[in-house]
Amino acid sequence: MKEITKFIFTVVTTILLFSNSAIAATDIVKIDGSSTVYPITEAVAEEFQIETGIKVTVGVSGTGGGFKKFCRGDTVISNASRPIKPNEIKKCKEAGIDFIEIPIAFDAITIVVNKRNDWAKEMTPAELKKAWEPLAQSKITKWSQVRDSWPDVPLKLYGPGADSGTFDYFTESIVGESKAIRGDFTASEDDNVLVQGVSGDKGGLGYFGLAYFNENKNKLDAVAIKNGKGKFIVPSLKTVMDGSYNPLSRPLFIYLNASKAAFDPNVKKFIDFYLKHAAVLSTEVGYIPFSKSEYAAITNHYKTLKTGTAFKKPAIGLSVQQMLDLSSSNQ
Amino acid sequence: MTIQNKPAANKNLDSIRKTIANHKRHDFIFASLGTLVIASLTITLLILFLDLVIDGYPRFNLDFFSNFPSRRAARAGILSAWIGSSLVLLVTFFVAVPLGITSGVYLEEYAKKNWFSDLIEINVSNLAGVPSIIYGLLALGLFVYSFGLGQSILTAGLTLALLMLPIVIVSTREAIRSIPVHIREAAYAVGATKWQVCRNHVIPYSYGGILTGVIIGMARAIGETAPVITIGALTFIAFLPPSPIGLEPPFINFDWLESGFTVLPIQMFNWISRPQLAFHVNAAATGAVIIMLTLLMNGFAIKLRYNIRKKIKW
Repeated sequence: MKEITKFIFTVVTTILLFSNSAIAATDIVKIDGSSTVYPITEAVAEEFQIETGIKVTVGVSGTGGGFKKFCRGDTVISNASRPIKPNEIKKCKEAGIDFIEIPIAFDAITIVVNKRNDWAKEMTPAELKKAWEPLAQSKITKWSQVRDSWPDVPLKLYGPGADSGTFDYFTESIVGESKAIRGDFTASEDDNVLVQGVSGDKGGLGYFGLAYFNENKNKLDAVAIKNGKGKFIVPSLKTVMDGSYNPLSRPLFIYLNASKAAFDPNVKKFIDFYLKHAAVLSTEVGYIPFSKSEYAAITNHYKTLKTGTAFKKPAIGLSVQQMLDLSSSNQ
Repeated sequence: MTIQNKPAANKNLDSIRKTIANHKRHDFIFASLGTLVIASLTITLLILFLDLVIDGYPRFNLDFFSNFPSRRAARAGILSAWIGSSLVLLVTFFVAVPLGITSGVYLEEYAKKNWFSDLIEINVSNLAGVPSIIYGLLALGLFVYSFGLGQSILTAGLTLALLMLPIVIVSTREAIRSIPVHIREAAYAVGATKWQVCRNHVIPYSYGGILTGVIIGMARAIGETAPVITIGALTFIAFLPPSPIGLEPPFINFDWLESGFTVLPIQMFNWISRPQLAFHVNAAATGAVIIMLTLLMNGFAIKLRYNIRKKIKW
């Protein structure tokens, strides 16, 4: 008994003594942020560590949580499924942290319906707005109210919860205002729940990332969406890459701490590696890569170490070149 | 003979028998109800557990325990997660248990019973019911930023220790209270001091109850995700913390306390939210591992408690 007490006492004292000197000083490349971007960064980090032996860690605390750590200097790279917001830019500035914005791949928000749904093969953004906008709450409850020629089947909506970047982008691009949506739909942060919901409900209508649709093609159908040129387009690797699937293609980003990107050799190596392999690795985990020339343009942009964002004002459906140009002109 | 003709004594006996039969029936109903509830709970747990085991079965091999996370589901493993979980729990144990037991003993044996100790008692009991995310936020402000401990194993261990502390304190006090007064009085009667009574009687006799509290607390700590994520646990980490045991003197080092980490529930959560089915298999396997770890810990504690109780002879 006496021995045990003595031992425990020693251990606790030592822990407390050591705790004061616990300042992490290592050459680890620290990354945090969005869960949507996580699979791509994880894949890159995995390969990078195998090839170079440089240690990389990736956390998942959401785009907002990631920026908090990034603007405090806890991380050098932040995964983001949406552009940085003005208040986050302010926080970074106050802490003296400049950032470089790098688009890395596309995610396509896919509108899905039940397999037994034989009417809604195509929809326009206006029809989607009619079904999802706040005004529709408890008024638009049947498919026939969305388009006259559709049957009198109850309309059941499934979508990601309010913390998700997918939700932000969907409301911005379809409803026209960030986070504006009707309250009476089934929301879940777990996309697998949405898959379950729509696949079990004849009148179900839902949306989530393309990767989830590709894994559940046997349970769900994707709806073709009318793009800016008036064509109805189904999301796929091809249609997202050539830009014809819009407005529901959204870019994913990583944000770099500019001074680390300039001076830390490990971070430099990591970004070079990231941009070199993003095309292959993002496809592998279910996202849509940019074209080779676009990655080359991004690499050039990053090499100039231009800081700032292309999204001082919210913008939908920008091409990679437009993003880079805007980012440079927003200096 | 008709009932009306029965002598008074017989009548009385009949009514007593009736009462007894009645009570026995109540007894039986209550016992069956209890059995039913226990059975349904056990069966639910068993079904859930078996479901996890069956879903995760393909991944139960050595590779799963010795591989780092990976984008390829079949190559992904839980090495960094189970080592992270174990190290965090180690810190939690060594902080929460001594602190909890000493606080419990102090509050029960030494503290004066006045409004102040009442206040502490109410607060400790309340703390046991505070949502874990609150501890996470507290730890983020206090340990991570004020104390500058960073997003480390030490921070996570201390956070979970806070979570566990009220449980240990409350169970320690309950265990001490359940010791018969005459044991204490007997010890005082032969001239023992307060400390001797505590050390030689009160604490050893309450080990069983304390252990139960410790195990409930540890089982809660191993499954916690929210506070660990809040303080900045990682999801992808493909290297291990420095080993706590070295080959050169002083053989024990504490560098691992400063290391980044991930834990089992975070790894499981990450996999379950991936679109690919193969990752869901990994998640199921991880879930089964967590349950087995908890069962193992509980089993060990029950065995220990049994051995301790056997030694106590009053």
